Formats: sequence, structure tokens, C-alpha cells
Amino acid sequence: MPKDGGIGASSKRREDVRFLTGAGNYTDDINVNGQTYAWFIRSDVAHGKINSIDTSAAQAMDGVLKVFTAADFESAGGIPCGWQVTDRHGQPMQEPKHPILAEGKVRHVGDPIACVVAETLEQARDAAEAVEIDIEELEPVLDMKAALAEDAPKVHDELTSNLCYDWGFVEENKEAVDEAIKNAAHVVTLELTNNRLVANPMEPRVAVADYSRARDEYTLYTTSQNPHVIRLLMGAFVLSIPEHKLRVVAPDVGGGFGSKIYHYAEEAFVTHASKVVNRPVKWTSTRSEAFISDAHGRDHKTKIELALDENHMFTAVRTDTYANMGAYLSTFAPSIPTWLHGTLMAGNYKTPVIYVNVKAVFTNTTPVDAYRGAGRPEATYQLERVIDKAARELGVDPAELRRKNFIKPEEFPYDTPVAVTYDTGNYHATLDKALEMTDYAGFEKRAEESKARGKLRGYGLAHFIEACGIAPSNLVGQLGARAGLYESATVRVNATGGITVMTGSHSHGQGHETSFAQVVADMIGIDEGMIEIEHGDTANTPMGMGTYGSRSIAVGGSAMVRATEKIINKAKKIAAHLMEASESDIELKDGQFSVAGTDKSVAWGDVTLAAYVPHNYPLEEIEPGLEETAFYDPSNFTYPSGAYVCEVEVDPETGKVEVLGFTAADDFGNVVNPMIVEGQVHGGVAQGIGQALMENCAYDENGQLISASYMDYTMPRADDMPMFDVDHSCQTPCTHNPLGVKGCGEAGAIGSPPAVVNAVIDALHRGGYTNVEHIDMPVTPARVWAAMNS
Amino acid sequence: MKLSDSRVIAAPRDEVWAALLSADVLKECVPGCQEMTGSPEEGFEAVVVQKVGPVKATFKGQVTLSEMVEPERLHLSGEGKGGAAGFAKGGADVSLEEVPEGTKLSYDVEAKVGGKLAQLGSRIIDGFAKKMADQFFERFQTAVEGPGDEDSAEADTAEAEDAEGEGKKKGWLKRAFSS
Repeated sequence: MPKDGGIGASSKRREDVRFLTGAGNYTDDINVNGQTYAWFIRSDVAHGKINSIDTSAAQAMDGVLKVFTAADFESAGGIPCGWQVTDRHGQPMQEPKHPILAEGKVRHVGDPIACVVAETLEQARDAAEAVEIDIEELEPVLDMKAALAEDAPKVHDELTSNLCYDWGFVEENKEAVDEAIKNAAHVVTLELTNNRLVANPMEPRVAVADYSRARDEYTLYTTSQNPHVIRLLMGAFVLSIPEHKLRVVAPDVGGGFGSKIYHYAEEAFVTHASKVVNRPVKWTSTRSEAFISDAHGRDHKTKIELALDENHMFTAVRTDTYANMGAYLSTFAPSIPTWLHGTLMAGNYKTPVIYVNVKAVFTNTTPVDAYRGAGRPEATYQLERVIDKAARELGVDPAELRRKNFIKPEEFPYDTPVAVTYDTGNYHATLDKALEMTDYAGFEKRAEESKARGKLRGYGLAHFIEACGIAPSNLVGQLGARAGLYESATVRVNATGGITVMTGSHSHGQGHETSFAQVVADMIGIDEGMIEIEHGDTANTPMGMGTYGSRSIAVGGSAMVRATEKIINKAKKIAAHLMEASESDIELKDGQFSVAGTDKSVAWGDVTLAAYVPHNYPLEEIEPGLEETAFYDPSNFTYPSGAYVCEVEVDPETGKVEVLGFTAADDFGNVVNPMIVEGQVHGGVAQGIGQALMENCAYDENGQLISASYMDYTMPRADDMPMFDVDHSCQTPCTHNPLGVKGCGEAGAIGSPPAVVNAVIDALHRGGYTNVEHIDMPVTPARVWAAMNS
Repeated sequence: MKLSDSRVIAAPRDEVWAALLSADVLKECVPGCQEMTGSPEEGFEAVVVQKVGPVKATFKGQVTLSEMVEPERLHLSGEGKGGAAGFAKGGADVSLEEVPEGTKLSYDVEAKVGGKLAQLGSRIIDGFAKKMADQFFERFQTAVEGPGDEDSAEADTAEAEDAEGEGKKKGWLKRAFSS
């Protein structure tokens, strides 16, 4: 029986009323009186030396307040990197300066060189045309392996090479892994590329800065997933503004997918420029700029080896990955191919020893950072692809090969050889569920039917695990994070009983305003409509770390639970006073406080009113008011997992892949709002299918981004998608957070690419194309056709 | 992006050679050319308006001639900056060979684009470059040979026509001497 409110109910997303009626308040909707406009002049070459910049003609043009260059930021710091990775030899990664505007050199197409601030956007654009910039083109470094050659041109002259770090994990296991592979009955090897992606949120980035000279205070409105992180990074490291003088607001944000986590140069630029010109400054990214200046995702080249014994049990995994950092280190870039990737190489399996090597490389391309899944899709893709290849080479059923190597339900908590402890899981249950949902047994018949129509049908299975709900601060601190990863919440109960929750989590499509309200409503037993969720403004929210890594409900939700528990405890004290009973006898149910074993009760509203009108109130014991704040730091990651199945048909004449069905059987632990969870899975799977079949970020040999518009960057559309079949009934609740939740935001994008590619390869093998071992993503018709005809 | 082609021009080789070095001829032949000044020794300054797919821009740039072996071959290189639209640059090795019908002009062109032109135009840039080269040499042939008896059908150009009426074109030498 579906619930009609509280935890477990599919409450309708209240925020959609404003999103769907055009009533949202996005950053570009914010216009400050006296506002000016910024237009960036960006490099149109991948690598070059700036010989001169002449701004004099532009400076003299109508409406121009100032043309900025690097010289105007001499007092500012570079854009900081938030994670330091230590290499195999104990040395810190190479960390080049990332200036706000290019200093001396340009390092990728899109690198900002100068910026015009003018009265109108048109004047700024016109003046930008008059800025004379002389750049001497240098040979660009694009290919990661070529970038590591002795004589390769250097992206950063001050570094010793283009190698950011050479990371080994777990270094002590290296020899054991080599030995296990040498002695294995079977070793299956696969080389693959995890394609570079552009996040493409519907709303491009925008930043509006407003400096008040009278108060010496700055306000920055920005499209961010984590306004407090921006305030900390920009205030402390770039512009030297103390937090109490800097307010960062991220209002309604139209999608992020990771690309709006980072502190970008444009944010620091408008903030500084607003003070210099003493006017508000607004910058709105065009879609063309977004392609070349938003951090990209993925871009790994990997060789993976899976060793198996004669009984087909996994004995070792060894991987060798090149990870593209782009031209500068974006905020969390170094952590993605390392700690968010290497720690997941055990997958759902009991592989005893694992060694992961990652070489992170600077190239003359746009910086690369987290993109929905961030490291975990890269781990899952290689592992699930090589397991599929192993099943094929060994002639065994891919589901059975996985099942026999799974960690068993009774083996949790399970310590993997890659430094994490899975608290709960039941992989057998999700696999069985997915096979049942997809009628695995009936597949041969469906394949026959496709064959009769001249099509090749394929069945692709992938199982995944992710570590999300990031993360224990003390742990990530040891791993190189330069920030804590707790979350915060303030629960403010108003006199008449309504509640405002200020959460450090940030919603940019996830539906927090609905699901967070459900949790508080459930705990107190009041209507969801009595609770309002606020986020995104550092002026009224306690220091929070924002939303990424599927952490909002697991970490932010837990902070809110802790704060609500404090509220309930205090309210019980007030209720006990009002009813002249002992606090220990007070029970809260359905918004009524009652004394156990009696018919005495007071309503929620009576207690909240007493807290603010404390005429009859235990003032000697407790303070008036009903407002509590809690910070929650998780003790472990959460480990959602699932089995995904994709069924495709390949047209052998054209190589076109049609996705006939996609099934997801997930274990997210407890679920607060099933409808929102299913929507998250739908979105994630759509992005994963997009990566697998369509999306690709391509540079030409000169470092020009040639897939920089929707003519050439293929975004998935509704008609590319099948109806999704989504289930989350297999639930092993998280053991270490109060809600027992695991997080669901990234799962779809993690589990789906290998399921799709496995299905395509299966289809080709069934069609007799047995020499096709692998096709790199995106699996376009041209690539499929070429593979079939090679 | 690379392309090569050749065409036979019904004119003596030294006449073709001289035309290649003429700013006036180049102005007439470069599609969308608004201005062309300079000399073979100093190089040419050019202003060209062109539309590549969705991007229309005014390119200002230099063209230099090098490796000149009169009247056999030369190398043309040029770079045009189109402001926010990006840039186009390239080079062409042009050689002239005497054939019974006149002069065979062969060219190897290498071109690259950057900025918004590359971002938005990558898919159409090869076709565009080929069209530009075809147009250029078509016009060049017409300029050198003069209009034939039949109405010389200009290539499929709609967007970058000279202001001059087409039918009035004479061979450049004849025009030079008759003016």
C-alpha cells in the first residue's frame, strides 16, 4: 500500500510547480541595479605564447568601463585545486598555477585571455573585437601517451614534464598481483577508452557579482552545486576576502552533473571586477563558451587484465590507466582517476588482490573533472567489460561468472583489497531480480525473432557498485582532500509550527525540497506542507559542502535528521513542562505529544508557540526558541549497487544500434521518495546510454574542439530511449546513517555504459561477428559497421 | 584539411604567372574579397567577408608569397583573423606547367581553422574549403582567359559575389591595357 506522505511516499515534486511554469529564479534572472556586463576573450588556439595584448582601442570605445588582463590580477592567487594526490614514490602531484586570466601563455582553446566590462553586453562584445592580441602559436600536446614523451612540448613550462602524477594503488600489492597474473589459468585483457564528455546542463554557467563599497562586502550569485565551497576557495585562496565579507548565492540551478561543482575563473573575475569598476558585473556563458570552458568529464585510456583460476574464480585485477587532466587542474580533478576510481576496482567481487596504476597527464585541452559518477563509471566500465569478455572466452554464462565471484550476502561488512569496507549489499538478489525482470530465459526466442527480421539481438548485463555519500572527512583528509565532507542543517521551527530547514546540500534538479521535507514531516508526524527547505545561500545556511557524489540524502539528510532529533528532544522538554509530566514519559506521534499511559496530550503547535511565547515555560532549564543546527560527518561511504540489463538490436546493414529495453534492479537501501529515485535512475541511465552510443568530445590535430555545438555533439533525445524498467525493491539499508539510505543520483550513469556495450558485442557475436572483441564508446553506427567489416 | 587539384588554363605560362602575382587579380578571384593591397615582394593585405555555416565574419589578414621560382611554382601562405569567429590560415603550393592547351595549374592546399569556426563549422569545413578553392581557381581561370563565347557560368556562389557585373569581365591583361 503506497504511503501518501512522509518517508516512502511518492510525494509530487513541489519545486516543479515553479520550474514548469517558468517561475524559477535562476542566476541569469538576477539583475542588480547598475549592472554591467563582462565578455571574455578566449584563446582560439590550443597552445601559444602571448606576445602582446593591446587594449587601448577597446578601452576607448563607447560604454567600456575597463578591459582586464592578467596584469589586473597580480594580487590575486590562482584558481586552487581542492585535492592533492601523492604519487607512487611519495611525492606530491605537479600542481601548476591556474591564473584567472592567461599569464604569458594560453593552454587550451577557450582559455580566457582578457575580459571587457561594459555598460551593455553588446558594447562589451564589440569592444572585445577591438582588443589586439598577438599570440605565437606553439605545438599543442593532445595525445596523453605522446605528452609523456621526453621531447614533448610542455603545457606548463615550469613543470618538469606533462605528468601530473604516477599513482599506484595498492602499491604493496603490486608484486602479488604480478605474481597472480603470471600464475593464472586464464588472463583476459582488454584495452579501452572511456570517452571524453561535456556535461551540457540545460542552464549554462552564469555569475553576477555585486560589491558594496559602503559596507566593503561582496555578493556573488553563481550557478554552483556548492556555494560554501566557492566562498571558501575563492575567498581564502584567490581574492583574500574573509567569509563574513563574502556571500555566495546559488539560487535555482538548472542541472550540474558535476560541472558546477568547481570554482571557475569567471566567478573570481566578476567578484574582483565588481570592486574595481565599483558596479555589479554579470557574466552569462553562451553555449559555445560552455563547450570549451565547462570542465569536461571522463577521458581515460585503460588496459585491464583479469586473472582467473581453473574454476573461473577471479584471482587478480591489474589496470593501467592514462587520465587526461586537461590544461589545468580543476577543483577535484586529481581525485577522480585515483580515490574515486581505484577504490572501486573490486566491484561486487571477491578478487583477492588488485593493483591500479594511473598516470594523470596535462594536455592542451579543457580541464577534465568529475562528471556524474566520477571515477566510478570508469572503474565499472572496464571491470564489467573485461568480465564479459572473460565469460565469452571461457564459454560460460556471463551472469553465472559474476554470480560465482560475488561477495556473498553473509560476508558483509566486507573489506576489499582496495581499502574500502562495504557495509551491506546483496548482489545475488539484484542480479536475480534483473534476470527475472528481463526474462533472461526467454532471450533466445527473442533473438530468433529478431533474426527473422534481419536484425541481431544482444543481451548485455552489468553489475555495479559505487562508493557515494561522500565522505568521512578524516578519511578523505588522509587521501589528500583539502576540505571536509560533512554536511549541515539548521531546522528552524516557527512559532505557529511551520518549519524552515536550511540545508548545506544544494538542489539543482534532485528534488530536495520535496524529499527532505518528507523526512522531517515523517519524524514529527506533521504535514509535509508545513516544512520548507532552503538552500544555496551562504548568508542563511550553515557551512555546507554541497551536492555531488550522491551525497545529499545520505549526508545532508542525516544532518537534517540530527538537527530534527535535537528539536524533538527540546520540544519534549517543553511538552513535559506544559503537561506537568516527566520528560521521559513524553511520546511524539502524528504531531501530538502525549504522556505515556494517560490521555494527556498537547499538539505540536502548542509546543512551538510556547517556545516563542514562553509565558508558561521552564526558563530556568531551557532557552526559549526552537531552532537547532547539526553537522553530520559520515563514518563510511555508502555502497549502492545494482544489476543493469540492456537489450539491443543491431542492424547489420548499417551498424545502427537500437536500445530495445533497459532494466535496472538497484539496491539503494531505504528509499525516501520512490518516484524521485526512479526519476534519478531514468536520468542517469539516459546519460549512460548517451555516453555509450552518442556523446563524444572530439579535438582535431590542432587542439580545436570540433564537437563544440549540438550539430556535432550528439545529446540523447527522448526517442533514443526505451521505456525504462526500474526496480529498487532489493534493499539492504546502510548501517551507518540514521536513514539507512545509500544515494541514487549517479547509479544510472555508472551501471549503464557497460550494459549497453556488452549488449552490442553480444549481438555481434550471435550474428557471427566473433572477431569483434570490443568497440569503443560512443558505439556509433560507423564504428559498429567498421568493426563488422574489418 | 588538405586538398589538391589541377586545371588547365588556356593562356601562356608567363601570363598565368603574372596574374598570380597581381593584387587586382587576387582581389577579383578570392571569394568575398573586399580589399587586397600590396605586392608580391611585400606581401598582400586582404579583407575578406565569408560565411562558414552559421558563422559570418570579416577576416583581416596577410598573404605572403615565397619559394618563388618564376614561372614554375610558388608557395602562398595566409592567415585571416575573424575576431570572435576565430581564424583561418593555410598555405598552397602552386605549380605551373606548359601543356598543349596552355598552362596546367596544380595546387596543394593545406588549411586550418580555429575558434568558433572550428567549433561550429568542423563538419562543413572540408566542403567549404574545397568550394572556396574551386571558386578561386574558377574565377582565376576566367580572369586570365577572359569570358568564353558562352555565358561563363560562375560556380555555385550565391553569397560572395563581387560587386562587378559578371558578363563584363575581360581578361585581366586586356583590361589592364585598355583602361
